[in-house]
Amino acid sequence: MELERKLEILADAAKYDASCASSGGARKDSRGGKGVGSTGGAGICHSYAPDGRCISLLKVLLTNACLYDCHYCINRRSSNVQRARFTVEEVVGLTLEFYKRNYIEGLFLSSGIIQSADHTMELVVSVARQLREVHDFRGYIHLKTIPEASPALIELAGKYADRISINIELPTQKGLNALAPEKNLERTQDAMGWIREKIDEGRERRRSQSGRGGSLEGTLAPGLERKKLGKAVPFATGQSTQMLVGADSSPDAVLLERADLLYRDYRLRRVYYSGFSPIPEPSVRLPVKPPPLVREHRLYQADWLLRFYGFDVRELTSPEQPDLDLQLDPKLAWALKNRAWFPADVNRAPREVLLRVPGLGVRNVERILSARRTTRLRLADLVRLRVPMRKVLPFIVAADHHPAKQGLDSESLRARFLPPPKQLELVFERGPELWLPEPAELETARSGEI
Amino acid sequence: MRVVRMEGLGFDEWRNMARELLAEAVPPDGVLWMEEPGLFGQNGVEVADQAREPNGKVRVPATFFDQAKTAAAHRSPERWGLLYRIVWRLSRSEERGLLGCATDPDIRALDHLVRAVRRDIHKMHAFVRFRRVGMREDREQYVSWFEPEHRIVRLAAGFFQKRFTGMDWSILTPDECVHWDGTRLQFTPGVERSAAPEPDELEELWRAYYRSIFNPARLKVKAMQSEMPKKYWANLPEAELIGELIAQSRGRVEDMLAAEERPVKPEPRNAYLKSLRERTEGGEATDPGDVS
Repeated sequence: MELERKLEILADAAKYDASCASSGGARKDSRGGKGVGSTGGAGICHSYAPDGRCISLLKVLLTNACLYDCHYCINRRSSNVQRARFTVEEVVGLTLEFYKRNYIEGLFLSSGIIQSADHTMELVVSVARQLREVHDFRGYIHLKTIPEASPALIELAGKYADRISINIELPTQKGLNALAPEKNLERTQDAMGWIREKIDEGRERRRSQSGRGGSLEGTLAPGLERKKLGKAVPFATGQSTQMLVGADSSPDAVLLERADLLYRDYRLRRVYYSGFSPIPEPSVRLPVKPPPLVREHRLYQADWLLRFYGFDVRELTSPEQPDLDLQLDPKLAWALKNRAWFPADVNRAPREVLLRVPGLGVRNVERILSARRTTRLRLADLVRLRVPMRKVLPFIVAADHHPAKQGLDSESLRARFLPPPKQLELVFERGPELWLPEPAELETARSGEI
Repeated sequence: MRVVRMEGLGFDEWRNMARELLAEAVPPDGVLWMEEPGLFGQNGVEVADQAREPNGKVRVPATFFDQAKTAAAHRSPERWGLLYRIVWRLSRSEERGLLGCATDPDIRALDHLVRAVRRDIHKMHAFVRFRRVGMREDREQYVSWFEPEHRIVRLAAGFFQKRFTGMDWSILTPDECVHWDGTRLQFTPGVERSAAPEPDELEELWRAYYRSIFNPARLKVKAMQSEMPKKYWANLPEAELIGELIAQSRGRVEDMLAAEERPVKPEPRNAYLKSLRERTEGGEATDPGDVS
């Protein structure tokens, strides 16, 4: 099979993995080396596809042949999709050639499971090893790992990679039993816990090394680094995971509680939510109808509230309403139910209260805190910060503004924020959600900034 | 009114001129910073000059220095006057908290310029596409043609130097070009678009990747365009596919939805799969943790 055809099949097979991050790697670059590559900045999106997703890494599978039968996955053994397999050299070559033309930040390599977890993991690791040791490649490498692979192999993966990840796929074992019978939540979390320890050890080592005033790390080839620094073995700086939305019946509350647990107990950098979307090889066990894209967007927004806005996971949903409101962003939905918190005085309220005001993002909260040391903030100041005024006005007090009491208490407040009804009337014959015009806020999907 | 000509000049020249004006206590509305020649004739016009001996010391916070250097790369003709006004307010009016006052109109304007330039630098790091043009001894040589929105070539060059140390490369732009030969960065005057290199054969593989990584079931054209505006498309080899991918996506999704569901195939005989089942012996696996 020609290389181009393999690339088509094995990129198509990898596109359902939402992760694209190329940020958060330890700082390293190609100075003093014989190859190319650098990491450690903010991460760069080198292109965007018409699905709005960033293209940052060469994201491919080593092979899409797979022993597992995960029903949401196009590569499951029951699917009739055409199979292909890269050689190690082919992936290494594509990564380097794409990288040198500045198409990508690096490689995101995953694979279908062939023969066994260890056999597959060995192949994946050998690609990374060749890139690092033969070609002195210092760009970003993200390796997907298999929780059942032996710890020695996962450790090796972590040595070569900037990030490693295991997809949890569904938030409950019940869901996995029905749709991904080979997957096991407990084993996945055990592996995540073990990886977390390794990442923590690596961070400690880096800290103590930089404490000695050395900045050796990253400026030397990985092999050399280990020799020079004795026991200091490099390890990936972060792990992430992905959960499918709408493939099983789990409500948002269950997805968010699982994500919260992964952030707190396993220190994951990111949990990606991937709205189940139709695949060319549908399974009898799956819903035909995909969830609306906006559900995935609401989950990202809620995820941001957990990580950057000080929200507790139990504040966002309730046993009575286990799903997020699709029509309003989760912060606004929370504020409408917790009106006793408001109005918040932009000239006095502490940071944690300002962060809860609908329409105020993290950056603008910092600007407000800084500006109010020298001035009393008026509405014109907020306009200059490009705060969405219609959204914040009912919730704030400024030097020249106090919201009308009945406005804040009125039940009509919710109605004011609902999207205009005409957007919901557009119906096509089939799969209407897919073709709804995008609300403006969808543009920030997956960044989650509110 | 003092008139200062700035055409073709940069931050260093502005800084020296600003020092001089501050030392002479010329207020911001007493200076006209000109980028277009000829408006005022030549009488009484000063040309900012790096060689001018600055005759006054002005202390400004380091953060302002960095921001001003970045803002100076913006193409807005108002940037020199804005920067001088802020320096004046920081030093002469002693408005010490000024930089932290995000709601101040001058600080907002500065922030706006800085962010536009930073975004442009980031987009240059992202959208430069190198084309392989040959070898020099054992070093591969690559060339790119790029059209930045602002005058950012010098600000963006260090990134490419650190990342692509092991190859020779040039980035050609209409303003200024930058070249790396393994030992030093060199800057030369801008060139015309016709100097752009010929397409690289790898671009066919890159387009194959772009076509395949796109998911037609999640069409979000606006999201793509807000991050990758059309003005960059001319120099992106993959952009020529965008139109056809959008046009085909609806039909492709309809085919998926109409596809017959595939039956479940029986488990193959495999020792590893058998061992997985044995590990969860004693019935179905259950949830760890308190989530259910």
